[in-house]
Amino acid sequence: MTIDLSQFKQTFIEESDEGLDVLESGLLALDSGSADDEVIHAVFRAAHSIKGGAGTFGLNEIAGFTHVMETLLDEMRDGRRAISKQGINILLNSVDVLRELMDAARDDVPPEMSRANEVKGQLDALLANSEDDQTQKTEEPESPAGDQTDSEDSFSEKFSEQFSQQKGWLIRFHPHQHMLRTGNDTVRMFKELASLGDMENTADISQLPEFSLIDPELSYLSWEIILKNNETQGVIEKTVIEEIFEWVDDDCDLSIEPLISPSNEESSADIVAEVSVSPSIDTIAEVTPADTIETTNNVTPIASPPEEKTTQKKKKSSTEGGSIRVGTDKVDSLINMVGELVITQSMLSQMGDEFSMDKLEDLREGLAQLERNTRELQESVMRIRMLPISFSFQRFPRLVHDLSQKMDKKIELKMTGEQTELDKTVMEKIGDPLVHLVRNSLDHGIESPEVRVAAGKSEVGTINLNAYHQGGFIIIEIIDDGAGLPKDKLLAKAIEKGLVSPNDNLPDEKIYDLIFHPGFSTAEQVTDVSGRGVGMDVVRKNIKELGGNVDVTTEQGKGTKFTIRLPLTLAILDGQLIRVGSETYIIPLVSIIESLEIQTENVNSIAGTTEVYKMRDEYIPLVRLYEVFDVQPETTRLQDCLLVVVEGDGGKAGILVDDLLSQQQVVIKSLETNYKRLEGISGATILGDGTVALILDVSGLLSLAKKIEPVKSYANG
Amino acid sequence: MSNIQDIVGDLDALTDDNADQYLTFILAGEEYAIDILRVQEIKGWDKVTTLPRTPDYLQGVINLRGTIVPIIDLRKRFNMPTIVYGPTTVVIVLKVLGEEHDRIMGIIVDGVSDVHNLKHESIKPAPEIKGSIDSRFVSGLTTIDNKMVVVMDIDTLLNSSDLSVEDNVA
Repeated sequence: MTIDLSQFKQTFIEESDEGLDVLESGLLALDSGSADDEVIHAVFRAAHSIKGGAGTFGLNEIAGFTHVMETLLDEMRDGRRAISKQGINILLNSVDVLRELMDAARDDVPPEMSRANEVKGQLDALLANSEDDQTQKTEEPESPAGDQTDSEDSFSEKFSEQFSQQKGWLIRFHPHQHMLRTGNDTVRMFKELASLGDMENTADISQLPEFSLIDPELSYLSWEIILKNNETQGVIEKTVIEEIFEWVDDDCDLSIEPLISPSNEESSADIVAEVSVSPSIDTIAEVTPADTIETTNNVTPIASPPEEKTTQKKKKSSTEGGSIRVGTDKVDSLINMVGELVITQSMLSQMGDEFSMDKLEDLREGLAQLERNTRELQESVMRIRMLPISFSFQRFPRLVHDLSQKMDKKIELKMTGEQTELDKTVMEKIGDPLVHLVRNSLDHGIESPEVRVAAGKSEVGTINLNAYHQGGFIIIEIIDDGAGLPKDKLLAKAIEKGLVSPNDNLPDEKIYDLIFHPGFSTAEQVTDVSGRGVGMDVVRKNIKELGGNVDVTTEQGKGTKFTIRLPLTLAILDGQLIRVGSETYIIPLVSIIESLEIQTENVNSIAGTTEVYKMRDEYIPLVRLYEVFDVQPETTRLQDCLLVVVEGDGGKAGILVDDLLSQQQVVIKSLETNYKRLEGISGATILGDGTVALILDVSGLLSLAKKIEPVKSYANG
Repeated sequence: MSNIQDIVGDLDALTDDNADQYLTFILAGEEYAIDILRVQEIKGWDKVTTLPRTPDYLQGVINLRGTIVPIIDLRKRFNMPTIVYGPTTVVIVLKVLGEEHDRIMGIIVDGVSDVHNLKHESIKPAPEIKGSIDSRFVSGLTTIDNKMVVVMDIDTLLNSSDLSVEDNVA
């Protein structure tokens, strides 16, 4: 009878994560007033499907909570409630709560309900407050204060206490006409109900049409069921009844009322605590007779007293999904590719069975096709790992919304290039640095509205997030139009910390670069947003670990711009194979500016040790790779060498090599897995013949070259 | 490679809790033993790709079915006279347990000889050792067929600071 639902739970949680994202972005759009009907519908649908799924998987906390949200959203959707800033904020808080509950469900731990109850209280208050014509004030002074923070457990204890005096339940059940089509069987439900206690059932057949007009697939009946506690089975819990009707939730009108005494059934009929109702019906708790107020408060999940806002704890979601959702088009193209590969393979093997020299041309053609297939397949597989950067960007509207409210700043966030694709591993690691940079811009960059107006700027600050491709890199820019970096303050701080001496005449870029130094913060006041001076160095470190870099440019009073450059993928790179002596190395193609034959007359030396090469109108230092790596070169004569001009962190340089070999894509293998990191080497790869070749890390190599004492003077070239 | 067939040990050790199987190999006429469970495979000597700016005993790296595996010349490691690699020169690929993660490394030895069951009590503590083999690398001494065999602690040997700290880079 029981189906193991646990296997689908993970899928549900993943889908709910997406649903929550939709909810959040929709709410933010509503907040900024840029929303149309479609947005609120989408938001409502997201909440609705989370509720449905949660119920199915027995996540009652989530289902109950979402139900209240849904009620509020439903009113907004139908235009019965204005979309207020307060409402949006509470709903956004609810999204956070749901995330926490989801995380708890993911880890199979009992959820932390205190925050959930608090936000639920706010939601309920909001619901109860405005609808004056339908709802009596349910903020009841007589309700015990303890209720507000009571956990679910004590709630249920309470109401089982309450109903121990009661005789049972009056259930009004009116299925919508189409209910049977959803596969629900009323007979089964009644059987289950009957198993709980003594049941009396009255069917209302007034809706039944004439026999000839009856559509056997429709349901015309409604029922009034009196379910009495019997002595052997004891008290019937309301939740048990609700569970029976769980599946038909949206396909019927249902009310479950306590049966206080059979004699005053009629009068108690007004006390309706509507538990699960179709979206078209009002879901406000209707509470009339004064003597039952307390009871109703405790039973209904939607009417609980309002609460003071307390400080919110933000918990960081710890789990990062190990799975990846891939667009069907990508999978389809992959399947096509494999299909072609199979055809090519069978063609080649057929050719191999009866090969003769006159088929040589065909063989060549076949091999070329195989090569093409393989390359395409590789590209397709790589594309699977590529995700649009919007996955990373989507959290920022919320972040900016929350922080700007907290800091009383007016900030507009603009994003471009959200569809720029990036490798999943890179994306995962770039998230935190990005958040840090945006927070910094918010906190330090954008000034308060008054300061902005005084400076003759619009009181609304702007933060731009841009992403685009450039070569083999993705560029992410974070631009604010705030105050810019305070050059003098930075310099003063650096001198105070002893990082630079007062006499140093640093160029501006170097001064601005100081913010990436560990323990460097000029914020006058440490806020909980930023200013502790940990961060920017970590940001740079993280980005460097990904093989990228981050730069800052700023103009006082105009704003600051952070530019992050990241490689698209960490797994494959386009490389130029070079040879020095008997060794083969790979230089990443992105680092190479050009390769040229050396004109010896352009080689000069400084102090007899450092060689420079005059390339057009600039001088670049020469790096003799064989010397840095201590290998035996073919020749040390400059005129027999080739020069590969590269650009790394430390500027340009010319690397002397014996020969240029082919260019090819190489798969990066880590040296660290089994050995350790080597300076000047970013990894290794396996060449077509099975041998290992080392991939040069150009920036590391250049800084290494500076450290190495030249063995002899090059004065004579 | 020819020795692989010879390495068919006595299976008794697998059922005896007090004994382990050890692989013995030859290095400059001396016999050494290592825990056989650590041995991933034994392969013939093949060309390696040298790594720049590493100690000279780190011969280089090889491609072992897609994994980059560093190869260490034990003769050089222990400052023994080097020899030209010949047909019996083999690489023993080992799994090295490290603090952070396990690693795969290879050692070059003159040749592998046999597999023996050694009872725990037959392994005697080693005296203080002079010279290039640090006593840290030796977990004990034992006697096989009246010959002394050095039981080697490969984890200490291959995790030793020389391999992981930049200072000692030549």
